[in-house]
Amino acid sequence: MKMHKASLFGLYAVLELAGDPERQLSATDIADKYGISTHHLAKVLRTLVRSGLVQAVRGAGGGYRFSGVVNRTTLLDVIELFETLESELDTPRPRGQAAGAVIDELQSITREIDDLTKAVLDTITLETALNGSRQRVSA
Amino acid sequence: MTDLVTIRNAVLADLEAVIALDLVGVTEEKPAYWRKIFDRYVTAGKDGGFFLVAETAGEVIGFIVGEVRAWEFGSPPCGWVFALGVSPQSREIGVGELMFKEMCARLKKAGVSIVRTMVDRENKLTLSFFRSQGLRTGRYIELEKLI
Repeated sequence: MKMHKASLFGLYAVLELAGDPERQLSATDIADKYGISTHHLAKVLRTLVRSGLVQAVRGAGGGYRFSGVVNRTTLLDVIELFETLESELDTPRPRGQAAGAVIDELQSITREIDDLTKAVLDTITLETALNGSRQRVSA
Repeated sequence: MTDLVTIRNAVLADLEAVIALDLVGVTEEKPAYWRKIFDRYVTAGKDGGFFLVAETAGEVIGFIVGEVRAWEFGSPPCGWVFALGVSPQSREIGVGELMFKEMCARLKKAGVSIVRTMVDRENKLTLSFFRSQGLRTGRYIELEKLI
């Protein structure tokens, strides 16, 4: 599975903000911490704001704040704001039934993989991911 | 709030409460199943098997059942949790975590160092709970086929 950059940046931002919902951070704060492009992250944050997971705080000292539910929002909820996680088989139009059957079989296998990927990401809440990260820091 | 919750071994008198709690998560009552489980894990006290309940103010608000399973499909002995339930009114206060920790302590004392379970992939509530307790996809993959 190759996650889109926007999904990954979205996860960075949401996890960073959800780690302390009272805290406000700017796009630059988050981008600097993860070594990513502020410009790209700003676009991602706009999507997160539209989804309601993140709130933009205006004015001096403004920034972004987490506004979702940390133990109800899953990693998949964030990722699906940016991509569908459906594998794409770039298959040509098959000639004949046999070729069609091979392509159908391969598509069924990729669907199985996609379903497993989603099942994993859809059961890890932000809270669980944050707890796991904290345990890694203290280990 | 979990200060007021006690985790103890199930007794025969808990049968009806467990059936009622189980009914929350399933579409049909399974009294015969639970009687068998009680016979095996409570009455007979199956070696390496643990049936625990969470109780507060004399009311059973949760249950967990697990056992040591050995050498299935070549797997060295491991702990296997196969039933878990918490009353909807008592969720999100740590009852499941208390029960699971106690189950892990019992399984560890019985000599195993890994705990496994199997959950329907649509059962997000239970899957999320086990994830929150640190469980990850294991090295054994469940396979199935319509026959």
